[in-house]
Amino acid sequence: MSPFVTLLLRDIRLAARSGGSAVLALSFFALVATLVPLGVGADLHLLARVAGGILWVAAVLAALLSLDRLFQGDFEDGSLDVIALSPLPLELTALAKITAHWLSTGLPLTLLSPLLALLFNLPPQPTLILFVSLLIGTPAVSAVGAIGASLTLSLKRGGLILPLIILPLLAPAVIFGAGAVSLALDRLGAASALGLLAAFAFAAVLLSPFAAAASVRLNLGG
Amino acid sequence: MNFLFRYANPHEFMRLSGAVLPFTAAATLLCLAVGLYLGFSVPPDYQQGTTIALLFIHVPADVVAELAYGAIAVCSLLSLVWRHPLADTAARAAAPFGALFTALGLVTGSLWGKPMWGTYWVWDARLTSFLLLLFLYLGYMALWNAIEDETRAARAAAILALVGVVNIPIIKFSVDWWSTLHQGESIVSGKVAPVYLWPLLIMMLGYVLLFLTLWMVRIRTAILERRARNLMQAN
Repeated sequence: MSPFVTLLLRDIRLAARSGGSAVLALSFFALVATLVPLGVGADLHLLARVAGGILWVAAVLAALLSLDRLFQGDFEDGSLDVIALSPLPLELTALAKITAHWLSTGLPLTLLSPLLALLFNLPPQPTLILFVSLLIGTPAVSAVGAIGASLTLSLKRGGLILPLIILPLLAPAVIFGAGAVSLALDRLGAASALGLLAAFAFAAVLLSPFAAAASVRLNLGG
Repeated sequence: MNFLFRYANPHEFMRLSGAVLPFTAAATLLCLAVGLYLGFSVPPDYQQGTTIALLFIHVPADVVAELAYGAIAVCSLLSLVWRHPLADTAARAAAPFGALFTALGLVTGSLWGKPMWGTYWVWDARLTSFLLLLFLYLGYMALWNAIEDETRAARAAAILALVGVVNIPIIKFSVDWWSTLHQGESIVSGKVAPVYLWPLLIMMLGYVLLFLTLWMVRIRTAILERRARNLMQAN
């Protein structure tokens, strides 16, 4: 088995066994979606209107919950030093961790979203667009988040500063993702928004490993 | 490049900036005084009335807000590629001014918006991207403050600044896209009459000089602070 796959499987196993970050993220996602109607009222027209934006913001925040541990755990117990010594380049290490994070949070969030969209009275066609946009867009959340996680990995309270760093950088993902759902609601073509979202996600997944690897390196004192 | 590195030496920088500082400070005062005088004595605009005066405080603030990020980005690149400590000091010193001028631009913009748009805040593309720019500055400064080891903090901040540079055009594009999707307010555009243009240009020059002056003072303070700390540790 290649080192990349080994690392990927290890991280997924760790995520599943240590408290189940997927379960936590899903519960958080569902809870935010439950609180919003309590806050803005149960008007089904209004809820359908805001569903895309609310679910996108909630998904980004839910994915953030487990991001600060992306490198931190391995940094604290020293395994990150060992991983850095392995033949796998740090860029690919970062990519493996991003993929593992997406598989254990972004993907489950995407799978849950149609159910929550149902609670928000979102029609079937926009629901499909929401599902597709989350499927395309959440990898960007994990990728950009990995930059923040690697920059703050040595900090005791990195979890507080991480959102401040990466949420402004994620604005395009929320804009295009929620925008696609709005376009679908207005019966306009959502392809433009999905295309832009895909471009953003592609660039993020391609470039973030380099930034993340650079900041892991500086934190290891290399 | 050689020229740059000669003056990037802290000692040389102290000497040069000490000599230049009185002149930039005087030029700043002159530009701001003349600009403000001209700005407040222009005839009222036929549409905006006397609120046109805010233009001369607002637009230059936005210019400097973006200029400061550019300065941070260039310093970060110099720091990452050539590992120059003065570049780190300069980048760190520029951030609070960037945040301050961004905030000034947002506040004066919303004060102008109240009589013109009838509300302090509209989710106009430009306002929104400047609000995001303010958060980028705050995150950058927070990262600097959070990491105790200074060289590590400098390099982490430099990486973040460069990531921001790649992202800022994308954020701007996406916010513009979003704003047209939502049928945002149309931005008052058109040619600026010469009566208004001259005070505006003088104010812009004044703001840029103000930024450069304050930036130099902050870098000098940081260098002196480090020297003082080193002396304390040596004893």
